[in-house]
Amino acid sequence: MSKRLLKLIRVYTIALITLAFGVSTLGADSDWIMESMSPNLDDTASLQRGANLYVNFCLGCHSLEHQRYERTADDLGEIPHELMEANVIHTGQKIGEHIQSAMSEEDAKAWFGAAPPDLTMVTRVRSPEWVYNFLLTFYEDSSRPFGVNNKVFPNVGMPHAMLSLQGIQEEVCFGNRPIDLLDVQAALRQDRVDSIKEGGAENCGELSLIPGSGMFSTEEYEQAAFDIANFLHYVGDPTRAEREAIGKYVIGFLLILLVLAYFLNRNYWKDVKKN
Amino acid sequence: MSEVTEKGRWVSRAIQWVDDRLPITATFKEHASEYYAPKNFNAWYAMGVLALVVLVIQILTGIWLTMAYVPTGEGAFASIEYIMRDVEFGYLIRYIHSTGASAFFVVVYLHMFRGFAYGSYRKPRELLWLIGMAIYLVLMAEGFFGYLLPWGNMSYWGAQVIVSLIGAIPYFGPELMEWVRGDFVMSGITLNRFFALHVVALPLALVGLVFVHVIALHHVGSSNPDGIEIKAKKDENGVPLDGIPFHPYYSTKDFVAIVVFLILFCAVVFYAPEMGGYFIEKPNFEEANPLKTPEHIAPVWYYTPFYAMLRAATFPFLGLDAKFWGLVIMAGAILIPAALPWLDRSKVKSMRYKGWFSKIALMGFVVSFLVLGYLGTIPPSPIATASAQIMTIVYFAYFVLMPWYTTIETTKPEPERVTH
Repeated sequence: MSKRLLKLIRVYTIALITLAFGVSTLGADSDWIMESMSPNLDDTASLQRGANLYVNFCLGCHSLEHQRYERTADDLGEIPHELMEANVIHTGQKIGEHIQSAMSEEDAKAWFGAAPPDLTMVTRVRSPEWVYNFLLTFYEDSSRPFGVNNKVFPNVGMPHAMLSLQGIQEEVCFGNRPIDLLDVQAALRQDRVDSIKEGGAENCGELSLIPGSGMFSTEEYEQAAFDIANFLHYVGDPTRAEREAIGKYVIGFLLILLVLAYFLNRNYWKDVKKN
Repeated sequence: MSEVTEKGRWVSRAIQWVDDRLPITATFKEHASEYYAPKNFNAWYAMGVLALVVLVIQILTGIWLTMAYVPTGEGAFASIEYIMRDVEFGYLIRYIHSTGASAFFVVVYLHMFRGFAYGSYRKPRELLWLIGMAIYLVLMAEGFFGYLLPWGNMSYWGAQVIVSLIGAIPYFGPELMEWVRGDFVMSGITLNRFFALHVVALPLALVGLVFVHVIALHHVGSSNPDGIEIKAKKDENGVPLDGIPFHPYYSTKDFVAIVVFLILFCAVVFYAPEMGGYFIEKPNFEEANPLKTPEHIAPVWYYTPFYAMLRAATFPFLGLDAKFWGLVIMAGAILIPAALPWLDRSKVKSMRYKGWFSKIALMGFVVSFLVLGYLGTIPPSPIATASAQIMTIVYFAYFVLMPWYTTIETTKPEPERVTH
């Protein structure tokens, strides 16, 4: 019984790991090789910066209609409510309200053709990594209505909201690109063998920043993009930290219960005779 | 009763009072302390009780979800997020319910496989098996209706795909489809009726059928891994020699199984509630949008083997659409296990004593089920479709060829008494 049980647990664990990793590479829209990004919910400073950047650069158009200011303040390092109201809420809303964009839906439709989507769960529909790369890969494209295009969301219907921070990126050809081992691994992971072959040939479509066109250095901007993606990762599932903390106690209790249950069972089964 | 205390006498008098009016002691004896189960059960035999545990979990969490859920096209999606964010422990209730749906199918599939392997469907358990099949069908419907309720985009399009299958039925299909939807498209009206079916009609049917399933089981007695009848050999008191009282032996053993199950269950609930997109699919975090089809529509994992078989039908036949034949194959694949009691002609019940043909067929069945399950999650491609067609044949071969291979193979002799 116990041997079989161990086997069962092992099979289950392997299945769990395979499932978790097997699907995480799905869902890429373009063939852009994304830079990896793993969110860090323990980095409160990053989450706070992300919230601040979000309300300044994104909230003009994109609501977080399921997330409340109050919970955000409480979760991101117990920000005092007065401070939150004074520095983060620019729309005249109350602290208990949902984080709504001030833009009306009719205006949005008139200006952009479609209402900008709500982003409460964008990291769950896509991934934090996707958001991070999306923010990094706006580039100049005069054929588009807003003069910019995006590498992970081709033909996106919005301007580059953080253009003033990042500066202008252009598509350039680097000539023959040497094959980078990390790129190859990424391409293999995403099952895009063709891009490996192309790596050795002429390599156009890479992005290059026009120096001095933005207020932030490349590192500062990458940090800003990380902070926003990290913040949206929190917003997508704000109870994650609480859930994972409770989980330890629940499973710990069950493990203790398992020991007791096991010995109770063994004690009873002592008098069942073998044939 | 050598040490009858004052308190003990009071308790036994109370029990006597009830017993005179309602047979609780007799019922407890018949179904627990004097219900004799074979003593050679292995871990496979815990799946039934685990299914019962999941049923209770689903009903309880379902009741609490209903308290805050808004069953309208306008309010459903936001009410789920309200539960996830604003309701005390709402996220836990919701994740337990969504994980419970998948857990239900995990244990039910394992429970059914146990039946396949040890011949639990054989005489005198045919009716028990059919009641189980009915539970399985109701469960599939329950899962399907429930999946629409979050009103996410995958909910919407998944339901759209399945409901549109009805339209493939010749002659009256399109009208029937409209009647089921209650509208010309999937809409709030469809959501409302699915809600009614999910929270009232089907749970009632499920609980009723499970009750009858247990009653039927206790009437014929449990099978066991050796596939022999313990009732054939009884002692002078009429107690099966290889039987032990369900309580306390299996109540304690099942308790261990339940705790192990809960540990695995909680690991998912607390640390991987989306299960990498298999338990909660990514597009379902976006509200239902009739104008925006998800890039790739796939049902939840527990339907994917049948979905793959549905898509495996690629050509019209007898003047009828491929889609219609897909529906026929899918329905056939779901229903055909009901015929097992009459398909299996073997002299022995358990896989332990059956021959190589049976073992290979069962292995083929398991492989086909898993491969089809995988194929149902990925977008169609020529290779995937060809594999699905081959695996569909392997799947059906297990059943259709059973009368043949179970009669010609050489079996091992069954033991006189259970091996323990």
